[in-house]
Amino acid sequence: MSQSALTETANTLAPDGLQGVVADWSSDQRAFKRVPWGKAMIWIFLLSDTFIFTCFLLSYMMVRMSTTVPWPNTSEIFALSFGGEPIPLILIAIMTFILISSSGTMAMAVMFGYRQDRVKSAILMLVTAAFGATFVGMQVFEWTKLIVEEGVRPWGNPFGASQFGSVFFMITGFHGFHVSVGVVFLIITARKVWRGDFDTNRRGYFTSRKGDYGAVEIMGLYWHFVDLVWVFIFAVFYLW
Amino acid sequence: MTSITPAQAELISPAEVEDVELYHPKTWVTKYVFSQDAKVIAIQYSCTAIGIGLVALVLSWLIRLQLGFPDSFDFISPSDYYQFITMHGMIMVIYLLTALFLGGFGNYLIPLMVGARDMVFPYVNMLSYWIYLLAVLVLVASWFVPGGPTGAGWTLYPPQAILSGTPGSDAGIILMLVSLALFIIGFTMGGLNYVTTVLQARTRGMTLMRMPLTIWGIFTATVLALLAFPALFVAAVMMTLDSMLGTSFFMPSIVEMNEYLEYGGGSPILFQHLFWFFGHPEVYIVALPAFGIVSDLLSVHSRRHIFGYRMMVWAIVGIGALSFVVWAHHMYVSGMNPWFGFFFATTTLIIAVPTAIKVYNWTLTLWHGNIRLTLPMLFALAFIVTFLNGGITGLFLGNVVVDVPLSDTMFVVAHFHMVMGVAPILVIFGAIYHWFPLITGRMMNQAMGQFHFWVTFIGAYVIFLPIHYLGFLGVPRRYFEMGDTSFIPESVASLNAFVTVAALIVGFAQLVFMYNLFWSASKGKVAERNPWQATTLEWQTPEMPPAHGNFGETLPVVYRWAYEYGAPGYDEDFVPQNQPPIGASAETGGDGVPDGAAQPAK
Ligand code: HEM
Ligand SMILES: [Cu+2]
Repeated sequence: MSQSALTETANTLAPDGLQGVVADWSSDQRAFKRVPWGKAMIWIFLLSDTFIFTCFLLSYMMVRMSTTVPWPNTSEIFALSFGGEPIPLILIAIMTFILISSSGTMAMAVMFGYRQDRVKSAILMLVTAAFGATFVGMQVFEWTKLIVEEGVRPWGNPFGASQFGSVFFMITGFHGFHVSVGVVFLIITARKVWRGDFDTNRRGYFTSRKGDYGAVEIMGLYWHFVDLVWVFIFAVFYLW
Repeated sequence: MTSITPAQAELISPAEVEDVELYHPKTWVTKYVFSQDAKVIAIQYSCTAIGIGLVALVLSWLIRLQLGFPDSFDFISPSDYYQFITMHGMIMVIYLLTALFLGGFGNYLIPLMVGARDMVFPYVNMLSYWIYLLAVLVLVASWFVPGGPTGAGWTLYPPQAILSGTPGSDAGIILMLVSLALFIIGFTMGGLNYVTTVLQARTRGMTLMRMPLTIWGIFTATVLALLAFPALFVAAVMMTLDSMLGTSFFMPSIVEMNEYLEYGGGSPILFQHLFWFFGHPEVYIVALPAFGIVSDLLSVHSRRHIFGYRMMVWAIVGIGALSFVVWAHHMYVSGMNPWFGFFFATTTLIIAVPTAIKVYNWTLTLWHGNIRLTLPMLFALAFIVTFLNGGITGLFLGNVVVDVPLSDTMFVVAHFHMVMGVAPILVIFGAIYHWFPLITGRMMNQAMGQFHFWVTFIGAYVIFLPIHYLGFLGVPRRYFEMGDTSFIPESVASLNAFVTVAALIVGFAQLVFMYNLFWSASKGKVAERNPWQATTLEWQTPEMPPAHGNFGETLPVVYRWAYEYGAPGYDEDFVPQNQPPIGASAETGGDGVPDGAAQPAK
């Protein structure tokens, strides 16, 4: 049945106004009309993941309150000096900038995906993945610097409360893990788009299901989420 | 809007999503072992959960032997005792009840009851089971590592959970935390499937307000689990770091054996918040599926529509939402600000309102019903009584001033066993007796079933009513033995011995039930189609037990709610959900006369 005929039948059934809203929500088959399964699923997953990150960040705030030792000054610790003058948080600022730019390329990849412009979509996804990998690389640099040069350990550090190191490694580690997983899946999805799997109805290796360009959008939702979480980590951990 | 007129029947909207192609297994291994069929996954989940549940049952006997006859069993040392209660509690709550209700019943019933061919992402669903199995194996492995499993109590409170005085503090606690994290990852994979299937993959005509309450219960519980488990996950990660890397998230400065430990500055209370932010919703993760299932059992077996369906749905959703704002009622004795206590006591008592509505509605469903005292019905009735009992003691514990003296006594043990131990277990039994014919094609043996019911039902009260009383006397929980304690009267010892004997008898009845399961699966009376004359879709499949893909060629179309009993104008006292209204052309139903509609009454 064509799309217009579909909406017509739906219209004859649906009441107006507030009742219409209720009827839409509780109508048969789908609660969110025109939302494919995968997209619904990733949204619910991200909601659950939001709770994980919220718990991590609230726990950080609570241990920061419970410890009696002063909290180290993040803008000093995360400063890099170029030719003498230390610039506070410069590395983190660059990392943030890179991650936010990657959200832009991701959004474009989604758009070109829906236009079935395979090459552009795949390239933009690979660019996004490259940004992501750069971010993780800079994080590795930051970790190494803190561990090797500054002597920060999960159980203690020379600057103040031992929880500083614990929280830092745990939260940035968990976030970096999300980014890394994203990079891997970006490359996988880019490969599928490049090869034209979604046009030739090639089946997934594990799931033996056909995919569609919705997969690019699902990837995008995950990526923007990881980005957004970083903004919060940046604000409450580095700036505060 | 629950059922429709013939004219409206013609207007059921056409299918919005084309039928997805199912994965068709070609080998025995992909059909029964690495299966992507939700029904097989359900059975795998259930068997694993019941298997590990039996371990917890045996542990409860050992706990009771020690409590009933202290000094008589050399093989139970104080450390063993703590390990027993910890593993008993954790297995019962997480690995048995949560897994069985959501992974077991959820997987089996959701696709069938909403009219779907399978879960939306069968491959992920399969992974969910295997990760769950891995979690169970890691848990079991903790018996075989140096120091044995953790003895920190199922609440795993730090700092003691990871200090050397607690049994299993070297490896046991870490395996426990890893196992929990695995469980959560596995559950999330399944849970996303359950929620998405209910929201986005119902059949034509299956509106949200026509879903059986079983589905509402499982659906809401899954949402709770997806939002509550993250807190436990985070707590598990942080405690693992505390014990392996020596971080101090939860650890204050501590002197042990005259020596300062390396820890300092952490917050044990933080753990309690995280744990109970998970822990209280967990109670409802177990209770809501039970609420849903029992509503359907009561309705089917009393041949009457569920009383106040809409209210029942809103009560489930309301309880689910409220369950996130009551967690600190488990922390009244943690030294919190009295205003917090006041807040949490208030929210706790507010939850009693929707809960009471449900109890009234169950009772009113029975009113003027044509009650058939089948085994599922007996268990459903037993649930109402037991849940009411446990709920009322909950009101006492929810008040700060009453809770403070009762906290950490046997009264608490009695309360939570009634409300989240015995009551949901009774529903599980009822549900198994109810759906066994669907799953295996055979009825369960009646005689063994009756024996099982009466011993379990009466036995539960013989065990737990005296435990309430012990709590009033001030007998503390989690004590290896009381010795000569001045405020504990002599009679406590004989009462404890009595309870132990009762617990062993009830335990024996569970073995009879297990035997019944195996016996009936091969030798039970062959079940006729739709033996309970139920209206819901799972009984209307072309084959029983339902085949791969559930509904044969075409998916059913739903014309009415799940509770059409005794409607005028029909030959039978029930009308299946997929039977078109009288006068409507059956054409909309796809394959003409819906299956099950033409079943002769017995
Ligand atoms: C078969 C019948 C059962 C018996 C006889 C039994 C007995 C006991 C006993 C004696 C304790 C120790 C109390 C203490 O000293 O603290 C206990 C603890 C516990 N039981 Fe059960 N139980 C049974 C079934 C269940 C079920 C079905 C659940 C599921 C919710 C459950 C959950 C718990 C929990 C959460 C604890 C607390 C463990 C802890 O203190 O860490 N039990 N049980
Ligand atoms: Cu609670």
